[in-house]
Amino acid sequence: MNKSIFALALWAVASLVQAAGGHGPALLDANVNLGNQTSLQRGARMFVNYCLSCHSAQYMRYNRVAADLGIDEDVVEDNLMFASDKIGNTMQIAMKPADAEQWFGVAPPDLSVIARSRGADWLYSFLNGFYLDDTRPTGVNNLYFPTTAMPHVLSELQGLQVLHEEEGEDGHGSHGPELELTSPGKLSPGQYRQATRDLVAFLVYMGEPAKLVRYKIGFWVIAFLLVLLVATYMMKREFWKDVH
Amino acid sequence: MNMITKGLVGLRDWVDDRFPLMQLWNDHMGQYYAPKNFNFWYYFGVLSLVVLVIQLVTGIWLVMNYKPDAGLAFGSVEYIMRDVSWGWLIRYMHSTGASFFFIVVYLHMFRGLLYGSYKKPRELIWILGMFIYLSLMAEAFFGYLLPWGQMSYWGAQVIISLFGAIPWVGDTLALWIRGDYVVSDITLNRFFSFHVIALPFAIVGLVVLHIIALHEVGSNNPDGVEIKKTKGPDGKPLDGIPFHPYYTVKDSVGVVVFLIIFAAVMFFAPEMGGYFLEHNNFVPADPLKTPEHIAPVWYFTPFYSILRANTVNFFWIDGKVWGVIFMGLATMLFFALPWLDRSQVKSIRYRGTMYKSALGIFVISFLILGYLGLLPPTPARTAVAQVCTILYFLFFFLMPIYTKLDKTKPVPERVTG
Repeated sequence: MNKSIFALALWAVASLVQAAGGHGPALLDANVNLGNQTSLQRGARMFVNYCLSCHSAQYMRYNRVAADLGIDEDVVEDNLMFASDKIGNTMQIAMKPADAEQWFGVAPPDLSVIARSRGADWLYSFLNGFYLDDTRPTGVNNLYFPTTAMPHVLSELQGLQVLHEEEGEDGHGSHGPELELTSPGKLSPGQYRQATRDLVAFLVYMGEPAKLVRYKIGFWVIAFLLVLLVATYMMKREFWKDVH
Repeated sequence: MNMITKGLVGLRDWVDDRFPLMQLWNDHMGQYYAPKNFNFWYYFGVLSLVVLVIQLVTGIWLVMNYKPDAGLAFGSVEYIMRDVSWGWLIRYMHSTGASFFFIVVYLHMFRGLLYGSYKKPRELIWILGMFIYLSLMAEAFFGYLLPWGQMSYWGAQVIISLFGAIPWVGDTLALWIRGDYVVSDITLNRFFSFHVIALPFAIVGLVVLHIIALHEVGSNNPDGVEIKKTKGPDGKPLDGIPFHPYYTVKDSVGVVVFLIIFAAVMFFAPEMGGYFLEHNNFVPADPLKTPEHIAPVWYFTPFYSILRANTVNFFWIDGKVWGVIFMGLATMLFFALPWLDRSQVKSIRYRGTMYKSALGIFVISFLILGYLGLLPPTPARTAVAQVCTILYFLFFFLMPIYTKLDKTKPVPERVTG
């Protein structure tokens, strides 16, 4: 009896507490696959070509990228690095934070662990969420990060979108805001989604390079512990035979 | 082979002539008689010890590469995660260990509430345990600043500013703790010192005292029966079995099960959805940018909720000050349990409906407070937190009454298996 009263009370409180939901539009599903090495390689190229002029990744070393993503160090040196860098260097940029702050209003954050603070879905949504907005100094705004200081760097790939504020019949906005591609870029919408997915996959990898190995190691550790469990349990049973 | 055995026995005897080696072994392992009816809840003591060792050992290796410097701390943690061989594993062991420490300690304390382990003659064991718990909270608080992320920084800022709420001396005290007008490099250095030297010393010392006191009076059990009252002709408790080998082998099973769960979290979900490692803590500390929502790590949230639930100014004293007082009281009241509980029986098995209901309400209030502490406050949530805070304190304040009135069942002479 008591237990059911508690359960009921708990449920009532939980529903009361849940009443206040989150804000902002629902995030898109990034659906990245770290097991797909070519996706990570394409993401690395995207990152170096489009992000690494303004954003550093000061904890990520080029040779670590080469080793983890199965790219030859020569290929990395020729394609992913500035001539002055060494393969053991971390991914630094030439732009000074003070200059950046003057140009953009805020210094672009280092992206080493951005996937760990923002999450893959947020990054993927952000990269797909730019739309034209005359009121912004960059000419664009972002559905998932309103008034972002970042210009739409990938617009040559995606093209440009406009925002439609869809109001539902009941005034609740049954569709929510929708983005429509008005001038296409070099990539089709499908290709662009894949390209941003690759980029986010690389950012997730970069946030925690150990992620590529820890699942595999974890599997073997737990397998070993299960064997040990059988052994310890049998030992316990043997000793406890004489306890009555 | 025989030579080796002889040599080892010789060495043991040589030591034993100069140090009470065999006596120590027998007092605490070989001849320490523990009740034979320990159940699931009795694993969490040894598991706390296992986690303590994990934290000490991984801590030693983390300090080898960590830099307690406001300019370098965040980067040095990333260096450990990337460039130090197996550094990520050591760091995850330590961060997962921190949360698991509180999980096993909370369950260990709950065991005490279930079976009345704090009651006479074990009051001192309970008090020493409470000191361990308080030291552990301090250890966790100091350690959380070290990664120097946004949550580290602002969490410390909020908690230290609580001391500022104390009338008259508050501001001076907060300044004295920080060593600066804001949390800074100076604060980081002293917190590092406390985290790696002062508190580990205190915790290990208190754990030794906790165990010595336990082995002096003997362990309680799920029946709350004193096994020393019924001894056989050989002077050994009839319901007791030597700790070694019986409980060493039984605890080994529990330890392996625990390690499986621990490894599952550490390898597959070390962030635990943002509860063990908060997302915002992967943003370097920025003294100029206050995060929108500052939440302590989950193990402090029940007390954080109690702090926030105090919104009313009473007797010309600010609500914030009451919050600090009640938060302090919420932890300190556990010390008084041995004297608040007037029941004739120890174990919940022989207690009446009143204590069972009170404990149930208390646990649910504690869990709800913990959950609310993770969320930003809204008026509805604050109201729920206020109700739960009152229920939390009523558990303690009404305890002398309901434990006295409660209809208890007769306790058997011997343990029931």
